[in-house]
Amino acid sequence: MQSKKLIPIAVLALIVLIIIFSSAFVVNETEQVIITQFGKPVGEAITDPGIHFKLPIVQDANRFDKRFLEWDGDANQVPTKDKRFVWVDTYARWRISDPLLFFQRVRDERGAQARLDDILDGETRNAVAKHDLVEIVRSSNRKPVVDMDIMEGADDSEVFPEIEIGRDKITREILAASSERTKELGVELLDMRFKRINYVEEVQRKIYERMITERKRIADKYRSEGQGEASKIIGDKERDLKQIQSEAYREAQTIIGKADAEATAIYARAYNQNADSREFYKFLKTMETYKTTFSEKDWLILSTDNDFYKFLEKQSGR
Amino acid sequence: MAQTDQFDLSNFKPPNISGRNIMWIVIGILILLFVWQSWFTVNPEEVGIVLRFGKYTRQAPSGLNFKLPFGIEDVIKVPVERQIKQEFGFRTVRAGVRTQYAPNRFQDESLMLTGDLNAAQVEWIVQYRISDPYKYLFKVRNAETTFRDITEAIMREIVGDRTVNEVLTVGRQEIALAVEVKIQELCDSYETGIKVDQVVLQDVNPPEEVKPSFNEVNEAQQEKEKLINQARSEYNKIIPKAKGEAQRQIEEARGYALERVNNAKGDAERFRAQYREYARAREVTRQRIYLETLNDVMSKVGRKLITDDNASGILPLFNLEKGGLDNAK
Repeated sequence: MQSKKLIPIAVLALIVLIIIFSSAFVVNETEQVIITQFGKPVGEAITDPGIHFKLPIVQDANRFDKRFLEWDGDANQVPTKDKRFVWVDTYARWRISDPLLFFQRVRDERGAQARLDDILDGETRNAVAKHDLVEIVRSSNRKPVVDMDIMEGADDSEVFPEIEIGRDKITREILAASSERTKELGVELLDMRFKRINYVEEVQRKIYERMITERKRIADKYRSEGQGEASKIIGDKERDLKQIQSEAYREAQTIIGKADAEATAIYARAYNQNADSREFYKFLKTMETYKTTFSEKDWLILSTDNDFYKFLEKQSGR
Repeated sequence: MAQTDQFDLSNFKPPNISGRNIMWIVIGILILLFVWQSWFTVNPEEVGIVLRFGKYTRQAPSGLNFKLPFGIEDVIKVPVERQIKQEFGFRTVRAGVRTQYAPNRFQDESLMLTGDLNAAQVEWIVQYRISDPYKYLFKVRNAETTFRDITEAIMREIVGDRTVNEVLTVGRQEIALAVEVKIQELCDSYETGIKVDQVVLQDVNPPEEVKPSFNEVNEAQQEKEKLINQARSEYNKIIPKAKGEAQRQIEEARGYALERVNNAKGDAERFRAQYREYARAREVTRQRIYLETLNDVMSKVGRKLITDDNASGILPLFNLEKGGLDNAK
């Protein structure tokens, strides 16, 4: 009796439980949910995380991510305005801002990624083709810090051209143009940036060649600078040497000359007092010369007629 | 032995347990399960993010914590105190005393264009922490990939605004700083909850193909220095010496001058004195000087030959040759 009553109650309880379980659903912190009834969206999107309810069986919960999502573009080979081929690799971050619209237009994330590919790649291509490469690479006209040692004499303006627009503005243009189009998909673009820009291989080889010749030029400049500087120093050395030597010679000769002159004057004053003194000087000097010039190697042939030996003949000397 | 160890099913009898006992056991198991599901530990470097039905409710500090069981509350642990490192352009295979790096180069990541449209290979690391676990988990999907994308884009943006020389030499520090600031700005605007600690540039090189020519520049620079130094040392070797010699030459001349003048003065004085006396006794003095001189000369001269007008015939008697030879010896 009791057990017979119990069975339908149990069945009923089970059904109630199933209904509760199939009508309750959890919305995660990262999710937003669109309720659809037989595939048709019902009401506003649920963005508040926690437990929520829907009609069982007839209604479905469609979950969408609420976070910023990635979009990573394929590396595209794009020509710039100045006809250089570069690989451009972009990334973007986006968000499902209007899940209802998003659900209607692209259904799910995969659909959205495909549309984003179309939009972002296209806009990037347009933007890159509209500008010179340098505009995409550089973002400002900042003056480079110059290492005086290296760039000495090199013409900077030639290697570091000015830009008019710059990377920042170009990416913002792409972002603005793309945002306009993604809005219709219920997608908000947070940001879009160039991740990588690189030359395609053939261009790269040419760039490397240019870099090599540029380096060679700098190296040659160093070498010739070194040689020039060294030659200059050697020249300085020669000049300084000649100057020092000649100046010393001049000064020495001047001193010597002055001394000689003074000595001459002194001698002249002493010897040139009168005719007698001149004669005496002659005599004295001659005698002195005799003393100093004869040596034991010399022969002296004298006649007894001579003043000295005349006494040898006669004591009177006459 | 093995026989006795085998479980004998025929001897097994279910224990005699009443319905009331079963209920207690079930309740006991439920309580155990409840407790088991309720507690969790959070490591010192982590915080636990507690979600109730998927909704963020609170943060759990490190240590022992409790939550509602059976899927009502969930915990995600986030290592907020840990410093995380991302490598760009290279990969560490195994860190250690001698760190090993992956042999293949990550040119895709490291090769970039500089502002003067040259190329450079930049390798760098970024160290960061998760400062806001809520944002890190719930605001951005794949925060780490996002972070890598941001970092690569910013590094290229900064390097793209500098010359290749700056990138390779003087600008390193400045680039790292600028990149750090910009990454942080973007991380904040993307709400990644990441705090950048440091950006460090590792190897910054010209592309492999261009490297030799860069080395050549360095060599040329060295060569220049060397040539100049050689010339300078040559200069320094010669000039001071020449200066000293010049000084010596001048001093010698001065010495000569002094000597010359003094000698002249002395000679003059001597002559004056002599002449004074000579003037008084002319004949005698003359004689005396003459004879004194001859005395000197005679004693010095090796051979003397005194001839007489009357005895000219004796001259051939002298063996001039022999005497000459003797004297020559």
